[in-house]
Amino acid sequence: MELRVLSLYPEQMNIYADRGNIVFLQRRCEWRGIGFSHSGAGPGDPVDPAAHDLFYIGGGQDRDQRMVAADMVTSKREALAAAVDDGAALLAVCGGYQLLGHSYQLDDEKLPGLGLADLETVREPGPRLIGNIAIEAELGSGPRLLAGFENHGGRTYLGSGARPLGRVVEGRGNNGRDGYEGVHRDNLIGTYLHGPLLPKNAWLADHLITLALERRYGARPQLEPLDDAFENAAHESARAAAGV
Amino acid sequence: MAGRRRRGGALLRAKLAASRAIGAASRASGRGGGTTLPGRVLLRLAPDAIAQLGAGLDRGTTIVSATNGKTTTAGMIAAVLAAEGRQPVHNRAGSNMTWGVATALLEQHGHEGLFEVDEAWLPRVTEQLEPSLIVLGNLFRDQLDRYGEMEALADDWAKTVTARSGRTAFALNADDPLIADLGRDADEHPREGVLYFGIDDDSQALPELQHAFDAKHCRRCGHPYAYERAFVGHLGHYSCPHCGAERPRPDVAATKIELRGMDGSLSTIRTPAGEIELALPLPGLYNVYNALAAVTASLRLGVAPERIAAALGQMRAAFGRVETIEVGGVAVSILLIKNPAGANEVLRTLRLEAEKEPIDLWVALNDRIADGRDVSWVWDADFELLAGVVRRVVCAGTRAPEMALRLKYAGWPTDRIEVVPGIEASLDRAAAGAERRLFALPTYTALLELRKLLAGRGLAKEFWQ
Repeated sequence: MELRVLSLYPEQMNIYADRGNIVFLQRRCEWRGIGFSHSGAGPGDPVDPAAHDLFYIGGGQDRDQRMVAADMVTSKREALAAAVDDGAALLAVCGGYQLLGHSYQLDDEKLPGLGLADLETVREPGPRLIGNIAIEAELGSGPRLLAGFENHGGRTYLGSGARPLGRVVEGRGNNGRDGYEGVHRDNLIGTYLHGPLLPKNAWLADHLITLALERRYGARPQLEPLDDAFENAAHESARAAAGV
Repeated sequence: MAGRRRRGGALLRAKLAASRAIGAASRASGRGGGTTLPGRVLLRLAPDAIAQLGAGLDRGTTIVSATNGKTTTAGMIAAVLAAEGRQPVHNRAGSNMTWGVATALLEQHGHEGLFEVDEAWLPRVTEQLEPSLIVLGNLFRDQLDRYGEMEALADDWAKTVTARSGRTAFALNADDPLIADLGRDADEHPREGVLYFGIDDDSQALPELQHAFDAKHCRRCGHPYAYERAFVGHLGHYSCPHCGAERPRPDVAATKIELRGMDGSLSTIRTPAGEIELALPLPGLYNVYNALAAVTASLRLGVAPERIAAALGQMRAAFGRVETIEVGGVAVSILLIKNPAGANEVLRTLRLEAEKEPIDLWVALNDRIADGRDVSWVWDADFELLAGVVRRVVCAGTRAPEMALRLKYAGWPTDRIEVVPGIEASLDRAAAGAERRLFALPTYTALLELRKLLAGRGLAKEFWQ
């Protein structure tokens, strides 16, 4: 078995140490004897929807995000839509999450989105939403807690056809108003919990590994349990920082 | 301006006296350093106090800013000036926002000023102090929850430089494209009064670009830079293949560098006033950059190159930036870590040490406001560099478990990683288990706690002394 990961725009969308997520996935596969391959797709690069089972896109600075938005809709939209429809897992974080929707109104400019989730993002006047955050996420096996850090100027509003990733327990979430955080559709997850959120939430990392392997090999694998003492302590630490 | 100052003189004097008294009381109570409180009070009483007091610095004012190295660089310039018998008004305790600058102006007297200034506060402090020289070292990703994006910071700095152009001299890092570009005007002509510094020894290049690589796009046209080599983070030799913008030739350059681990470095430095040999007692290539900034500034301040080299050769580390203190028979070397680029340089230096024998470490990760509340950055720092060469590490601080997790995923064996959150208990544990020598890597507020702890035991001075 092999986990095949593709990072989208790793050179541009990496501002909050997003590589921590990739390192985390890699080690957890290696320790279980699962193969791991990782590659990147940058500006202009085509994407083969069948070649990878877990797609990742992180956060970036405004300038990079503008460029990525324009490039992504021309060079990658169709392939990513096909991959998600075919059961591939996609994790989009922070700036990457904003690009999943229909559009992102950034000051005077409307950035195009992938349209993979029914949501819109607007840069509204008012302070950035910054701080530790904890949400209660529902991914099919009952509510579980995700802890992390958010830092975004954009406010995201879900359309009637979209389900949030979870409910905000502490923090601001999608827009600081409606109490929701992120988006979840099939095996696609978008969230404002930025940068290395998987190290703070090992259960989500294992969930993504499971989904991706299931897509490749047909049956849902039972992942071998690991000694997660450090991981659990880190999760508790991030939760405590958010006040949960 | 002068008339207004005279008329307001008596009132300002009263406000100054009140603010000074508060500083004295604060120190006497033993509750804090008093390095910011008097300034805070003064700025509340007299919001233009920095401009008013700064105007008295009749031999000019130097401002130093950078993400990494501003305390050390300002300390180096101060050491050079001190050797010349010059005693600038200087916020030497590293308190570098307006109130720290105001406190220094309030409590010290002199004819020239030397201030390290926080990146985000540079525009405002510059407006008030009207400096004769600005030294800009680098911009790295740091505390994104507090500073925002680097590109936005660089834009603010560009406005400040443009506003001061013609009235202020600049010492700029040629190797940081975000900084170097500030030395050119809108038509890409070099500005007046700019001296550049940089590294011209290609043998010091990193084998590959690091993960936290912060200057990707040409400041002029937005296309990606092409890098021939990088030395520290994104500091290196670059050019834009699209518009042709390129690294300026440095006026002050290290042409030959020999790094000697924790013992420092030996460099040959080319200056417009001749070549010097610099034996720097501070470790790492990052301190070579700090020294280049200090040499460039000191030349501008009228000091002869060989006298600069002599003064820097005698330099002691700035507070918490590489100090060694004896704790229970173990030599504890303190190295501040606060962002990926800075931490990477510390890790590179320790890697050199660890090639001699495995090392013992104490790493303290705090998430207070002055550290940045977001601890994500530890995943951008290359802790992998020390995998397999650490005998034992004790993780401390408010986010100790997350530090430990980072080290596990960097490939450090978990049976060598311990978590003891309290600063005092963890330090004693680390020192007791260390062979001979312990390297302490605290974030900023953990450093303050450490310093206070050691001062309480009579092992180090309080930092405001």
